[in-house]
Amino acid sequence: MSAIPVPTVRIQRQDFDVAAEIAGLTQGRADIGAVVTFSGLCRDEQGALSALELEHYPGMAEAEIGRIATEAAERWPLQGLTVIHRHGKIAPGDNIVLVVAASAHRQAAFEAANFLMDYLKSRAPFWKKEHRTDGSEGGWVEAKETDAQAARRWKSPSE
Amino acid sequence: MTTRLIYFAWVRERIGMPEENVELPAGIETVADLLRWLQSRGEGYQHALQYPDVIRVAINQEHVDHREKISGAREIALFPPMTGG
Repeated sequence: MSAIPVPTVRIQRQDFDVAAEIAGLTQGRADIGAVVTFSGLCRDEQGALSALELEHYPGMAEAEIGRIATEAAERWPLQGLTVIHRHGKIAPGDNIVLVVAASAHRQAAFEAANFLMDYLKSRAPFWKKEHRTDGSEGGWVEAKETDAQAARRWKSPSE
Repeated sequence: MTTRLIYFAWVRERIGMPEENVELPAGIETVADLLRWLQSRGEGYQHALQYPDVIRVAINQEHVDHREKISGAREIALFPPMTGG
């Protein structure tokens, strides 16, 4: 049994390169059989959004995502795990969040990435505010009960 | 003891400042007590905290529920439900 990998967690203003992040986990090793990536992008459904502004709690954002990532690494047999979350103003079509989960087999990588995103949504201290193309503020995005439910399905019955 | 309070998103906007240092009066023992006391400090606080059930709280950068004791907390953050990801 190999040691549990230490997850890489980065909170940053700048964009990330998905291919480079995958290469960072897989380069120089032959024991990884599966890499699952999830990218979350800034979406504009009505053509009215000029940007999302992501506020975060510096320090706690890193710590909380670190706790979630460590839990994932303990729960699934992962060979590597990278989580990047951006903050600041992000335009429609641009990246917001990245999860890269590497494992020997696909199921662990899929599940770990899914778990991470569900927990990030309801526990990572980030808040989205809309800025509209007409120059007005669209207000704060409201949390969805469906996201809270998605996070709860990973709890064991004893919790 | 001085406690640092930090506010985010619409809690920050309604209170009108990102953070402050406060001296907590005697008798403020739990997060719920703190939220009640803050509401007595003015209109902005009242507006921010009028539905205390929705306010999320972190002590020393870890999530806690409203029954949590706050003795010894260096940093208490109040914020709306999170919408990252």
